[in-house]
Amino acid sequence: MRIALRIALAASAALLTLSVAQAQEKTLRIGTEGAYPPFNNLTSDGKLVGFDIDIAQALCDQMKVKCTFVAQDWDGIIPALQAGKFDAIVASMSITPERKEKVDFTHKYYNTPSALAVPKDSTLKGVTKEDLAGKTVGVATTTTHFNYASKTYTDSTVKGYPSSPEEQADLANGRLDAIEDDIVVLQQWLDTPDGACCKILGQPSPQPVEIFGPGAGIAVRKGETDLVNKLNEAIDAIRANGKYKEINDKYFKFDVYGAES
Amino acid sequence: MSATAILVERPPPRARGWPRRRIVGYALVCLWIAFGLGIVSYLVFAWNAAFFAKYAPAYLQGLGVTLSLVAISMVVGAVMSVPVAYGRMSRNRILSGLAYCYVYFFRGTPLLVQTFLVYYGLGSFRPELQTIGLWDFFKDAFNCGVFAFALNTAAYQAEILRGAIESVPKGQWEGAASLGLHKLQTLRKIILPQALVVALRPYGNELILMVKASAIVAIITVYDLMGNAKLAFANSFDVQAYIWVALVYLVMVELLRHAIEWIERRITIHLKR
Repeated sequence: MRIALRIALAASAALLTLSVAQAQEKTLRIGTEGAYPPFNNLTSDGKLVGFDIDIAQALCDQMKVKCTFVAQDWDGIIPALQAGKFDAIVASMSITPERKEKVDFTHKYYNTPSALAVPKDSTLKGVTKEDLAGKTVGVATTTTHFNYASKTYTDSTVKGYPSSPEEQADLANGRLDAIEDDIVVLQQWLDTPDGACCKILGQPSPQPVEIFGPGAGIAVRKGETDLVNKLNEAIDAIRANGKYKEINDKYFKFDVYGAES
Repeated sequence: MSATAILVERPPPRARGWPRRRIVGYALVCLWIAFGLGIVSYLVFAWNAAFFAKYAPAYLQGLGVTLSLVAISMVVGAVMSVPVAYGRMSRNRILSGLAYCYVYFFRGTPLLVQTFLVYYGLGSFRPELQTIGLWDFFKDAFNCGVFAFALNTAAYQAEILRGAIESVPKGQWEGAASLGLHKLQTLRKIILPQALVVALRPYGNELILMVKASAIVAIITVYDLMGNAKLAFANSFDVQAYIWVALVYLVMVELLRHAIEWIERRITIHLKR
């Protein structure tokens, strides 16, 4: 570790332990994106709703702490966590090695596959590198989908968007031949009038764990093992007591948790 | 009269000792120096040869995109600004009203909004654009960026041009008319050479603002300098990605500023005593 960084870390760690010690007594601040329905979304009157929000609320109830929610753009969500603007990220963040260098993760709280959507009149036959050669694929940057697309579709043009709604709009506008995203997010959009243009083409296979990770986890600042343990216990508890299933069934027709880990 | 004038121009004697103002001044300067050293030392300590080797080519390529975007939109904007400036100065109510609305809209709304409107807004009129054969142009994000930027800078440049032309005294027009020069000749040979000296600074500012504002196109999927920095950050989660890009913009702006100052010194030699 380099000296300047070490000093900065020591100083911020000292400040953070102080603020976290205070925060844990009172409230836990949860950061989320708000542009990733049905997992997290801002309603027209500015309220955060979605699977992530309900799960986070259930975890807070389980841990018997009060929670507040903060909406934060995806690109800056890890820096904002590190800067202490909130204490945990519950925003469908996939657990990846690159992110693990910057933050600590809980176990996964769900795991859904990646898929590609195309216009209904698309002539594309499959989702392999060869199928998409010469085509333009849209993906939200700073996501596992983006990492997969830029590593896999090397013969295609991969365009990066700030978040999912922009990439969906551009697919509907006809600037893109395909978009890659979480299958649940794509399906939710396809069920709306805006998504009527398009359909799911298929799921890339295989979906390597090195890129996609074991699933979505809750991120906290490095070294906050205590909070990670509490959250993990709470995830196991709501899985066991049926609260998870209740929230799951509110949003999905299948179990988004995936295989037991 | 001259004696008193010289007396007035002499600066007041330097204060002795350490008045409060001087202490505050030194403290602020020290603070800034510390801040600058902090950034430099961070970059030295965080120096990461692998990061540099991996992303420097992408940054260079992005720099090329940024420069061509700014260059094309400045030139197109300059051409478009001429009729707008003409309209603003016109005595024709309709013409001047139209030009006023154009300038009012593009100076009164954020460039970000204009870029979004062009990219996503026009994008939703694909069938209509296809029938008139413009979709191929608007399909490309870079073209959309140039289009939005050219429209925006045309509004600012029109005002610069108008202000500069109106700053030339009316007597110059009258003098030229009395010599029998017609309007276009007067404009080209007498008015514009004087007006452009006045306009150089504002043009330089507009160019610098455009260089900085061009970072906006990163969100409509153009991989300019900023777009590549975002990508580097997305892959590394390393703040360095943004510090380096800030430094590149800083160097660009500084070079432009000096170039403009040099040109100004050259073209105002006749005004120096």
